[in-house]
Parts: sequence; C-alpha cells; structure tokens
Amino acid sequence: MPNHGAYPLRSLEDLQAVAKVGRQRMSPAQPKIMVGMATCGQAAGATEVLKAVREVVTQDKLPYVVSETGCIGWCSQEPLLDICIPGRPRVTYGRVTPARAKQIIRALPEPKPQWALATMPGDENTLTGLYTSYLTGEDTPLRGVKSYRDLPLFKRQLRIVMRNCGLIDPASFEEYIARGGYTALWQALRTQTPQQVVDGITKSGIRGRGGAGFPTGRKWQTVREAPGSPKYVICNADEGDPGAYMDRGVLEGDPHSVLEGMTIGAYAIGASEGIIYVREEYPLAVARMKDAIQQSETAGLLGTNIFGSGFGFTVRVVTGAGAFVCGEETALIRSIEGKVGEPQQRPPYPAVRGLNGKPTCINNVETWANVPVIVARGGEWFASIGTPGSKGTKVFSLVGNIENTALIEVPMGTTLSEIVYEIGGGIPGNRECKAIQTGGPSGGCIPASKFDLPVDYDSLTAAGSIMGSGGMIVMDDHTCMVDIAKYFLGFLEDESCGKCFSCREGTQRLKEVVQRISEGHGVEADLVLLEELSWMVREVSLCGLGQTAANPVLSTLRYFREEYLEHIDHQRCPAKVCRQLITFAIDPVTCNGCGACVQVCSGKAILGEKNKLHTIEQAHCTKCGACMDICKFDAVTVN
Amino acid sequence: MPSLTMNGITVEVERGTTLLQAAQFLGLPIPTLCHEDGLAPYGGCRLCVVEVVNGAKKSLQSSCTYPALDGLQVFTHSARVEKARRLLVELYVATCPQSKRIQDMASAMGVRRVRYDAKHELCIQCGLCVRMCEQQMMAGAIGFSGRGLHREVTRPFDTTSDACRQCGACLYICPVCELRCAGPDAESVLCNGCLNISTACLQTYNNAMCSLDPCHACEIDGPFRADVRVKLQPQIEFPVLAKK
Repeated sequence: MPNHGAYPLRSLEDLQAVAKVGRQRMSPAQPKIMVGMATCGQAAGATEVLKAVREVVTQDKLPYVVSETGCIGWCSQEPLLDICIPGRPRVTYGRVTPARAKQIIRALPEPKPQWALATMPGDENTLTGLYTSYLTGEDTPLRGVKSYRDLPLFKRQLRIVMRNCGLIDPASFEEYIARGGYTALWQALRTQTPQQVVDGITKSGIRGRGGAGFPTGRKWQTVREAPGSPKYVICNADEGDPGAYMDRGVLEGDPHSVLEGMTIGAYAIGASEGIIYVREEYPLAVARMKDAIQQSETAGLLGTNIFGSGFGFTVRVVTGAGAFVCGEETALIRSIEGKVGEPQQRPPYPAVRGLNGKPTCINNVETWANVPVIVARGGEWFASIGTPGSKGTKVFSLVGNIENTALIEVPMGTTLSEIVYEIGGGIPGNRECKAIQTGGPSGGCIPASKFDLPVDYDSLTAAGSIMGSGGMIVMDDHTCMVDIAKYFLGFLEDESCGKCFSCREGTQRLKEVVQRISEGHGVEADLVLLEELSWMVREVSLCGLGQTAANPVLSTLRYFREEYLEHIDHQRCPAKVCRQLITFAIDPVTCNGCGACVQVCSGKAILGEKNKLHTIEQAHCTKCGACMDICKFDAVTVN
Repeated sequence: MPSLTMNGITVEVERGTTLLQAAQFLGLPIPTLCHEDGLAPYGGCRLCVVEVVNGAKKSLQSSCTYPALDGLQVFTHSARVEKARRLLVELYVATCPQSKRIQDMASAMGVRRVRYDAKHELCIQCGLCVRMCEQQMMAGAIGFSGRGLHREVTRPFDTTSDACRQCGACLYICPVCELRCAGPDAESVLCNGCLNISTACLQTYNNAMCSLDPCHACEIDGPFRADVRVKLQPQIEFPVLAKK
C-alpha cells in the first residue's frame, strides 16, 4: 500500500489527505471501468469479463482505469460492468459476456443504451449524510435507461450497512476513507469516552443482526462492566443458512466497515484483541479481510496508540470449517479455542465468560458494519429509522422464485409484499406467490396471505418465523410445503452438532415422519406426533439451533395443514413435487415425436420412435422430471 | 451464597453448585443418563431438564449444567417438565430399546407407547465413555467425530490407538451396554425382546473398546441366540409394549 506521507494516521487532517487520494481513485480524470468481482459476480463469469476488459484496454492501449468492486446487490444481472466517464452518470451493464464487454469498451466514450441496466448520477452516503455526485459536468441521462433512484429495486432501499458495496474498490483503503470511512473511529476515540460510545449504541436501539435480536447496547454494557482482562470482540461471519449471503456481500464489498466497527466496539468495551470468525467456504471474504487488516495496520488504525489516543487494538482472522452450528456464539468460541464446536450452557454468557474465560463481545458482521454510521450520525438518527421495537435497516438476500434475485437493505418495518412485489419485482412466469421462507433453517414459512406483515423481529416471531440473519426464499405455487419442511430438516439433521439427544435424534425423527408423509404413507396421527416432537425439541434442546429446529415443520403445519392432509388422506401432492405421489405422462395431442425427451431420460422409460407419439413406461420412470424440462411443446404432463 | 427455591423449598447452596446438585441435596429425584459424579457435566441427554424461572423468563434447562443462581425458582417435576421428559424418553426407547436402564426409565415415567420405528442403535452418544477416558483414565483415547447424523464415538483416525490401555472403563460407564439382557431365561423385568435385535458386539470397534471377559455382548451372541432370533420373528411392533 502506498504511503501518502501521512502514515501512521494521527489526526483528522491525515485522514483527509488519504481521502483526497481515494476520491481521485474513485473518480479519476480518465474513464473508469468497474467489474463487480464479489463471489456472486465471479460465479456468473465476472473473472472472464475482467480479463477481457484488461485485454482490450492493454491491446488497444486505451487510457482507461480498470477497477474491481464489490456486490451492489443486483444478483440476477451479474456479471455487472460499470462505466464511469467524467461528466456523465455512471452506467451499469448487466449480464455482460466477455465479448459484449469488449464491444462496450471499444465503443467508449459512447454508451450502449440497448444493453444498459441503469444509470447512477450519484448516491447519498448514509455515513456522512451527504449526496455524492459522480458528475463533474452536467447530468446527461441515457435515453430509455432508468436511473438507480427510479428503479423499484433500489428506490425503496436505504443503505447503511451496504453503503459502500458496489461503489468502492474493496481492496482500496483510500476509497473507503474517501467515503467518510474511519472518521467515526476518530470521532469515538478522540471526542467520546467509551461509556459515551456505549450510550450512543444503546440509544440507537440496534439489535443483533445475527438473528436472535439481542439489544447490542445492553450486550456492550455488560461486557464493559464485566470484570476480567483481556476482553475480546468477535465478529461472527459464520454465515451458513442456505440461500443467505448478506455477510459475504459486506465482507467482500466493504471489509473496512466491519474493521472500523470492531475497533470502535473494542474501544467502547475495553477490549484489546479482535477476532473475525469467517467460514473457510468464503475464500474471497477471508482474503479481503486479511488485506484490510494489513492495510489498517500499515496506516496505524490497528495496533498501538490509534489516532494518538493511547488505545491499542489488534485483529486476526480465524477460519471455521463450515459447521452451521458454529454460528452459535458458545460453539463459535469453542471453535476459536481449537475445541469441538459444540454449544455450551448459558449462563455464564460469553459477555461475562467467553473466549479463554474472559468477557467477550460477539456481534454479527452486519451489526459491526452499522456501528460507524451510528457513531458518526448519532444514536437518535439511527433510532428514527425502523419500527418502535426494531431500529435501523436490515439486509436481506432475496432469492428463490423471484424476478430480481438481489441483496437488498430496507428499513425495518417494510412489509413482505413491498419486498416481494415492489423491490423483488414479483414472481417470474406469471405464477402465484405461495409463501416466503425467512430466517433460514431456523425460520419458518409465511404464507402469501400474510404478506402485509411488517418485517421486524417481533412481527416475524409472532408469525412463527424469525428474522434470522436475513435469508428470504420466495416460493411460488409449484412448491410443496411438505417437501420444503423435508429439505430444511435434512439440512438440520446434518448440521445439528449432535450433542443434545433431543436435537440430534429429534431432527432425524422429524424428517423421518415428514418423509413418510411425503411418500404417501403418513397417517393423521403423524401430525400430532410432529407437533409433540417439535414442541419437545424446542423446549429441551440447549442452543438456538435446537430450539428453532422445528420451526420449518411448525410453520408449515400452521399455515399449510391442508397440504399435509392432502398427502396423508389422498396420497396426492397438490404442488406435484413429491416424487412418490406423482406420475408423468405424455399428452398424445401435443407430442410431435421430436425425441428430445427420449434423449434425456436416464431411466430409458420413454418409448416411441422419432416423429411418432412417445409414451412413458411408468415402471422405469424415476420421476426426475428431465423430460418435462426439455419438452418445448409442454407435452409432458404431471399428475 | 446463592439462595433459590426448588419446588417451593428455599435452599442455600455454595457458589458453583449446579441445579442438579441442589436437587440431589434436597432429595428430589431427577433422571439422568449422561451424568456421573466425578465427570464434568455435559448436558447431552437432556433428561435432567427442569423448569427454571429467571425473572420474567420461564424455560426448560438441563439441571446438570445450569448454575444455581440467586433468586431462581426451579420446578423439577412441573407438568411441562414431565411432558418433555416423557416425549424424550419415548425417543430414547425408540432409538436404543435394548438398554435396560432406558426401559426402566420409560416404565417409571409411564411411557406406554412408542410411535417411532425402533432403530436399535448401540450408542446414545451421552459422552460418558469419552469423558471417563479423558477425565478419569487420563487417556483421551476416544472422542466424538462428525456432527449431526454422522456423529459417532471413535478413536483417532478410526484405528487402534496407542493411547487406549483397554482398561474397559468406557464399557463400564456406558448406560446402554450395562445390564444387557442375559437370555430368555434371565430373571429380569425385560421382555427379552432385546434378543430379537443384533447386539452390540464391540469387536466391531476393532477391539479398542472390548476387553471385558465375559463380554456382555458376546455372552448373548452365542449359539442359542440364533434360535431365539428365529423363534421370535417376525419382530413384534415394540418389545416393551408387547408385554405391558
């Protein structure tokens, strides 16, 4: 990292000097090309796009700056390519292929409106409260291309945690500072006492974003008052819910926000060591975080005597082996200590006796990323967002049968229907929305009839689900709720640590019963058994995993009992998903004998010559559905 | 000294006492499977759950691990506790029906039916053997591997371990191995249905956990066993219940 003559940073002026460099990097005088290189982008092919961009820039000797950026949250349009030309709004192109990227760049400075998704003339930085314009000249919007602030996907969002994601180069320390980064740390260290920082957090009303929603201020106060030294702060980045990737997005897109939050937290509670517990499956997040730590150490923002305040703090990264249960705080602590990741009895709570028996403050990635903004803008400002019981915003990963698969951040209290139909753009293929699953495996399914439910901790809990870390899986009417319960139970029986008999054996037996029902062998008494067993697993198990493990069953039973009964009484799967209860057939009128289905049938169950009517031999049909997927004429029917 | 009430009785205990110890002091019977004096509390079997009222919060907690804190109200046999224990024991019997201790427990609690298919597992993973080996025998030759569905007690890398002195303490402490049914003529309260299932021959563990002579498992896995097995087939729905 180049030294801008100011390291170690000691004052606000030093920060401003770095910020100036950062601003030049963010909006250079030459055209700048940005590729979204978070894991989601890379999975969609951003690596090839970036390679193609670099190739064309070197080959044609173009005077352009090529930069990486994090995930802006528009997952369904990845890979994303952004062009920033001085004096013009930033233009985002979606689903870019290497060939198309080359075409776009060769055409510069002329834009390609036909491929453009949106333009961004500027954005409001929630940290500073200031509107930053990327324009150095006049706003010349592209014809027919909407601005980010008019897009339903972005219009309703308020980005506190994701304030920098997709806007800065996550590898650049300077760009983070240019966006107001580390001023909150300066403010806390030099203008506030630790108790004032804790009071600010308490006043903000922020609750833990990891899922359980414990008031962060109260936790900090407990750790601050707990006797013992050294104290620790831990960032829980062991995100493991299927379909949830909020924490990854933040770690990869804005690692310094988490570091800054942790440093402020450490100052407030009197900790000297921080640990970021990331799962091994997030290699990019681990790399980004390690880079960020090194940068901060070089700049003197980690280490001893930060900002000349006399306060010292170090951070290290610990990678977890990918056990879901290690997101539970006591299991996480044991994992860091090198023991088997099994939850322990609370009390004593980690806030009193945590890592190495010392007071430990564990917060989720998202909670830490919120901290600098709360310090910079004050607890009152933060408390003005959201609902009375749940303050601020929440990041959700909106996935499943939804038009805009996206990472979104909305104020608490936004209703589910706003999230699904406005931000998410509704269900693809004119299908009907059936339910939304929130909170991952520990959460529950909320039916479409309850979509006026505001999303906050208490409303979701009352509806039989939980906020969880923020996964939202939208399901259309082709989803079988028995099958969904079976899927989540399968996940849980694998991921239960196995310590408590009730959870280990309970999840297995729950799955056994649900499986029996999905195969058409269930009896009505099974529903009572499911309810009783679920109750027992919830009541008796030690940790949060066990206590919520039955939620997928309980919530589907609560809202979709008829569907269970349909499986039991009539051996029928209304959504036509449960394999044992469905049969595939070929409609003799529609089938033109193209033979496509014969090719894909792994069981060789489809008979018929080319251009003649095909039939399915039921005895050999494995009900994989491949024929249905391949048939262009919708001739394969399922009953 | 923390002062708390158990079933309405006020008791003062020393700091660091668990609820289970306090209950035992008062003579309140709490069933356990994974607890032994002299071994660190584990909280795995969950049978010792009691209802704890801490401020506004009412919850079930395992008494062997929960510390006796000042001002707690504890109920060791409330309706909620009893219901949870009964449902739990039903699950235990279904998983490990050959254990006399589990069957006795079920019978004492009035569990009269088991609604799950019997699994005949050899191990309930209470962790007693692991703790015995580590904390009393100072060997640490066995431990848990895997999680959830795939969790099991095993030796490092599944091979015979030099750390194992074949002392048999693990076998001695096991609540499931102990008091195995000794055959069709044995005088016991067991139904003998346990002969209908394959017994835990610990040789399957590469002899690492088998040094008892005579071995409980081998004893009944003798020639007569096969005859009995034929005689009792087809397997009755659930052994314990058939008799009651």
